[in-house]
Amino acid sequence: MALRSDPTVLEAMADDLDAGYGAFVRAHSGAVYSTALRLSGSRAEADDLAQETFIRAYRALRRFDTDQVHALESRPWLLTITLNLWRNHLRRAARRPRPAGPGLLDAADRRRGPEAAAETTDESRFLVALLLELPEHHRVPVVLRHVAGLSYAEIASTLDCPVGTAKANVSRGLERLRALASRSTPVLHGQEAR
Amino acid sequence: MTTNASHPMPTATALRRLRVEAPEGFVDAVLDRLGLHEGDRLVTVPSAAGDLFVAFNDGGISAVMPAALFDDDAAEFALHHRRETGRPIVGGTARPPAGLLAALRSGRATNLRYDLSGLTPFERAVLTKTLEIPSGEVRPYGWVAREIGRPRAVRAVGSALGRNPVPVLIPCHRVVRSDGQIGNYGLGVAMKRTLLSAEGVDIDRLERLADAGVRFVASDTTHVYCVPSCVHARRIRPAHEVHFRTAAAASAAGYRPCSHCTPAEVRDAS
Repeated sequence: MALRSDPTVLEAMADDLDAGYGAFVRAHSGAVYSTALRLSGSRAEADDLAQETFIRAYRALRRFDTDQVHALESRPWLLTITLNLWRNHLRRAARRPRPAGPGLLDAADRRRGPEAAAETTDESRFLVALLLELPEHHRVPVVLRHVAGLSYAEIASTLDCPVGTAKANVSRGLERLRALASRSTPVLHGQEAR
Repeated sequence: MTTNASHPMPTATALRRLRVEAPEGFVDAVLDRLGLHEGDRLVTVPSAAGDLFVAFNDGGISAVMPAALFDDDAAEFALHHRRETGRPIVGGTARPPAGLLAALRSGRATNLRYDLSGLTPFERAVLTKTLEIPSGEVRPYGWVAREIGRPRAVRAVGSALGRNPVPVLIPCHRVVRSDGQIGNYGLGVAMKRTLLSAEGVDIDRLERLADAGVRFVASDTTHVYCVPSCVHARRIRPAHEVHFRTAAAASAAGYRPCSHCTPAEVRDAS
């Protein structure tokens, strides 16, 4: 999960932003897209959020000098952009009524593809649904830690909080998820729970 | 608390499996939106030579190939293009670069931008000069050599034209042998004849003159001599048409060279 090649990617980008940006996008597209997908629950929204993240990032990077690019904490910086975009998106969505509930059950999301295969197991579908039940202040740290694979220091940087707080929020989020799991299991499998 | 085998407690390991790769084409889509293409774009356009695959990037048009050579399979062309240039074909369906379709209709492709970055300065000079040959006319290899200031490099001109990455648009099919015969072509002699005929070149006439050893055609009213395919030579009425085997003979007879086709003695490749 750790991106050891990051210094090389940043080096190339500091050298020539336009030439090096493709490698930067490639290096972080998985973490950014996965975060957007597990926060929003919709592939279409995740694609929009992740693309927009890299568009905004590029525009910001154009104003960076070489030292700033070298000092960049890529993942916290990118995911801060993703989180802001997602929160803005939720705020806008809240202002107008949505025809469907959360994007979880989007018909388009059921299309087949290599990523869809990740959710073919009952276990994954179950977890995806549970995550979306978590309140935002728990869902975000859990997704950053366990889906995007960020270190606690990176999460602290992303959420602009002390490392201790980041750890505590991830741990509380996971506890909450477990509580939801034990509550949900009998609901989903009534006869087995009897 | 009971859980069953298919719905275990959420663990770090189970959550890690929710990590996915970005969808296919994600990186290309971002780079497309930013105008940062890591490779060339591709369009398929109609021409007198049939459908053409035309690759291009921000620097200009980088490759032209008849689609038929690849069984109309863009993926096959992309493999070939990557081998030739080191660049992939990226992005979805592209819009043709500005002016491309008009250039293919008119045969005048001088205003298009070309990416000739992989070529030597000599090769670029040859192709740039070749671009000036008007549609419907032809010039000998030796003419190109002389015009770029390398009159002895006739064979090298032939080789450079053979490596033209953007045939049809940069009209290497309009360059013929110094004796007036049609000569070879990278995409095959049949294609060369097709392209020239489509532009209105009277190939039979040119070959008849070449067979007779005629390299220059002149008018005895204007006393101007031309290469046989020159637009002015084609306007000479038969009663006034005079033939010469050499520029020296034309000069000696008091004729001057046409300022449009700039005929002159050229070296043969052999």
